[in-house]
Amino acid sequence: MKETPLSNCERRFLLRAIEEKKRLDGRQTYDYRNIRISFGTDYGCCIVELGKTRVLGQVSCELVSPKLNRATEGILFFNLELSQMAAPAFEPGRQSDLLVKLNRLMERCLRNSKCIDTESLCVVAGEKVWQIRVDLHLLNHDGNIIDAASIAAIVALCHFRRPDVSVQGDEVTLYTPEERDPVPLSIHHMPICVSFAFFQQGTYLLVDPNEREERVMDGLLVIAMNKHREICTIQSSGSEMQ
Amino acid sequence: MAGLELLSDQGYRVDGRRAGELRKIQARMGVFAQADGSAYIEQGNTKALAVVYGPHEIRGSRARALPDRALVNCQYSSATFSTGERKRRPHGDRKSCEMGLQLRQTFEAAILTQLHPRSQIDIYVLQADGGTYAACVNAATLAVLDAGIPMRDFVCACSAGFVDGTALADLSHVEEAAGGPQLALALLPASGQIALLEMDARLHEDHLERVLEAAAQAARDVHTLLDRVVRQHVREASILLGD
Repeated sequence: MKETPLSNCERRFLLRAIEEKKRLDGRQTYDYRNIRISFGTDYGCCIVELGKTRVLGQVSCELVSPKLNRATEGILFFNLELSQMAAPAFEPGRQSDLLVKLNRLMERCLRNSKCIDTESLCVVAGEKVWQIRVDLHLLNHDGNIIDAASIAAIVALCHFRRPDVSVQGDEVTLYTPEERDPVPLSIHHMPICVSFAFFQQGTYLLVDPNEREERVMDGLLVIAMNKHREICTIQSSGSEMQ
Repeated sequence: MAGLELLSDQGYRVDGRRAGELRKIQARMGVFAQADGSAYIEQGNTKALAVVYGPHEIRGSRARALPDRALVNCQYSSATFSTGERKRRPHGDRKSCEMGLQLRQTFEAAILTQLHPRSQIDIYVLQADGGTYAACVNAATLAVLDAGIPMRDFVCACSAGFVDGTALADLSHVEEAAGGPQLALALLPASGQIALLEMDARLHEDHLERVLEAAAQAARDVHTLLDRVVRQHVREASILLGD
């Protein structure tokens, strides 16, 4: 289904309200919506609710051979999917632009910032490493998918436990959870994305835009930071003043 | 990489430049006769070629036509021989799609799309040497100017990094591969507006100002260079026309 277009009345109303520093749901300009995190039964499964936006994250692992130019490092793979139940406009063929943008942002935020120690995922150098796969599914779209997805990804990674392995000479033994307790991943830091929506060439700024505000915004700035005040990623879309 | 220091004690980088120096830039406009606008730019070893078609009628579905603005379509393709190892999928993979989207977003901010409603502007960039986004944007700016499409201002881009407390401008492939923080900035020089800002890897927030300033200064330097290239091209063209 095509997205229902936003009427001019609604657009004008939203922009006027933002000029008077009022938001539709009564928040202040720098307020976040309520975040609820709940976990599933398996290790590495979590659901994050940011207001009404819901993202499901699941982490799984597998032993594979490493990449040729990185023989001693494990592989981290992210996949964000916009499921059709999230919004009527998300159809299998139609979402490519948004999907590519979100996926690349997630990859850059989590992989390039080296939040997971990939060297610890190596079992036998050059032959067997762990491949950690993070699958994120958007269940409901009410704006600000990026923040919810980044929280879901990092929470799922912290929650995940991988099976224990031991190497004796050439033999690699993989223990089941009954034999030995699974081992958590070693995480250096937790980058979390914060989205800012710009209006009127950067004059007005809103944190955590909901779906309506996202439709009328001029530009979006996403900054990913961690607890140590380090910036992991910045990405801006749309034109703004310096 | 142990033993390869990106910034020596005397302040020289791996290729002998100072911290704020740009690589050598050479550019030419009007490379292809068939295209409406084209440009070729060499920034150090990175070579980018940009071709612009438009504004023309919307191809494909008429439904995508915007009633008040032109549609800007960008495609990025990097040659298979461009990086150290031969690349297998030159376009269609995620990184190329993302580059195309970012270029599109950058140029939608700069091109005066209101002047050409219901039309389409295509920008194709071919880049040799896995270099950066900056060369693509600079080449595309020149190509759009060559095509005569009205723009708000030049779009000049440059990358910047941060090593040992100093901000470096215009990163080469070696400096990028070392894995430090990298910032790519596309600027409209006259108004100081940022069209696109992108950063990878960890950087403490206290250093952000400096890196941003270095990138902005480098972009302004690129602008001076591109401006000179455009004026030279116009002068040559007017001599040929006999004015």
